[in-house]
Amino acid sequence: MLEVENLQVAYGELPALHDVSLAIRPGEMVALVGPNGAGKSTLLKTVAGLVKPRLGKIRWEDQPIDAVAPQRIVERGIALVPEGRRLFASMTVMENLELGAFTRRAQIEKDAQLERMFTIFPRLFERRDQRAGSLSGGEQQMLALGRALMGLPRLLMLDEPSLGLAPKIVESIFAILGDLSRAGMALLIVEQNVHTVLSLAQRAYILENGRIAGAGESKALLDDDHIRSAYLGPLAQKRGKG
Amino acid sequence: MILVQQLILGLLVGGLYGLAAAGLSLTFGVLRVLNVAHGELLMLGGYLTFWLFALWQVDPFVSLLGVAPAMFACGLVLYLALFQFVIKADEDLRIRNSLLIGFGLTLVLHASAIHFWTADERSVTTQYAGGVIRMGAFVIPVLRMSSLVLAFMLLLALHLFLSRTRWGRAIRATAEDWEAAALMGIPVGRAYMLAFALGTALAGVAGGLVSISYSISPSIGLEWTLKALIVIVLSGLGSLFGSFAGGLVLGLAEAMSVVFLGGPYRIVVGLIIFLIVLVVRPQGLFGARP
Repeated sequence: MLEVENLQVAYGELPALHDVSLAIRPGEMVALVGPNGAGKSTLLKTVAGLVKPRLGKIRWEDQPIDAVAPQRIVERGIALVPEGRRLFASMTVMENLELGAFTRRAQIEKDAQLERMFTIFPRLFERRDQRAGSLSGGEQQMLALGRALMGLPRLLMLDEPSLGLAPKIVESIFAILGDLSRAGMALLIVEQNVHTVLSLAQRAYILENGRIAGAGESKALLDDDHIRSAYLGPLAQKRGKG
Repeated sequence: MILVQQLILGLLVGGLYGLAAAGLSLTFGVLRVLNVAHGELLMLGGYLTFWLFALWQVDPFVSLLGVAPAMFACGLVLYLALFQFVIKADEDLRIRNSLLIGFGLTLVLHASAIHFWTADERSVTTQYAGGVIRMGAFVIPVLRMSSLVLAFMLLLALHLFLSRTRWGRAIRATAEDWEAAALMGIPVGRAYMLAFALGTALAGVAGGLVSISYSISPSIGLEWTLKALIVIVLSGLGSLFGSFAGGLVLGLAEAMSVVFLGGPYRIVVGLIIFLIVLVVRPQGLFGARP
């Protein structure tokens, strides 16, 4: 469904991604992990069209999208929940959600989809006329997620959804992501919280210094010593397998 | 009392200051581009209104119905021909480029106006031009009152557009965070173009109202750009009604200076307010950004 081939991305003189390839099949949940500054956000932004690659190809549902403008990529069914959420803080919860359904395709389903969002996120319904900037961290993440879902994506990309959130909220967000995945949506999740994301996702890629340093089934990666020492910390090492 | 009469007149012109500022606030707030030719666009709208009256005796308030779309189209052309390229640079380069291009545009429009209409002052004098409403000892010129009301209603309409419609929300979102807006599927270029055209149309209508209630000449451009800038600094970006209120405040301040300091200091008052606000409260009275 999504095929990234030999992607090379640079910000001016600064190289960010080198020869990066990955693939996501329909209905898969794939994790993208790696240290800070590895280029994970850059990769998501490039797929979303905010950054243009120097070399390489991106294909979505068999169509090339590496030269397509970001708003057209949304129309084609890919949504990104960016790092830090990037909500329109001065606008209300309702307005943010409505903006998520800007494309003509999403406009048709807007009212029905709004109802669905309010069912999944009842807190957003309570706060629908409040400024987005006044919401708590967890509520903001839910709004960002809801806003992206309003666009009716077939591939949902999330950049650090658990950042700065309490464990209970992280649990509920990942529960929702799990539901979405089971319903057939493809998901690409960048996460620092490696343990949580690997326990949900089927596969994962490891990005280090702008290159793919590893890939495989989540279970296998959780057992791998390099991963465990680099990302899962001393506690996980002591616990042994699983 | 002279003071109260002057204050009334100040309030009436203040509405037009507010309208001019709202147009510039829209383009600056959304595109982060400072169109210093905004006053010249206002002048252009004024001359279009004057032309329609002088050539075909079209009632000026009626001609505004034609001037507004014409200036909107003018804004579209200016965006496509000039300002869409300014957008491509990052923010500090953007402001500098926009000043350069804006000044160039100022010169072109100024010279064209002199060529087409001569440097003389013009105004639209209809049959009902001199009418006044009397309130006790005070006099309210009918034309200026109508202009104020029209300016307010226009801003109200614009407010409704920005807050209740899909494209209005898209423009506000683009102004706040254009990358996030793009991620919503909003064609950012088109949002910029729409905002710019609306700002230009507002300037044009303001100019039309100026030609009806006051007078226009090819040189009023700079004066009105300054007024708009002063009001934007005074009221801050982000609120149309804030711009309107700021315009009224400027009008009142100028009126007071005329009474207490004399006519020549009128323009200075505005500039002094500009400096004081920048130092004391840079986000403006109603500013949205700290």
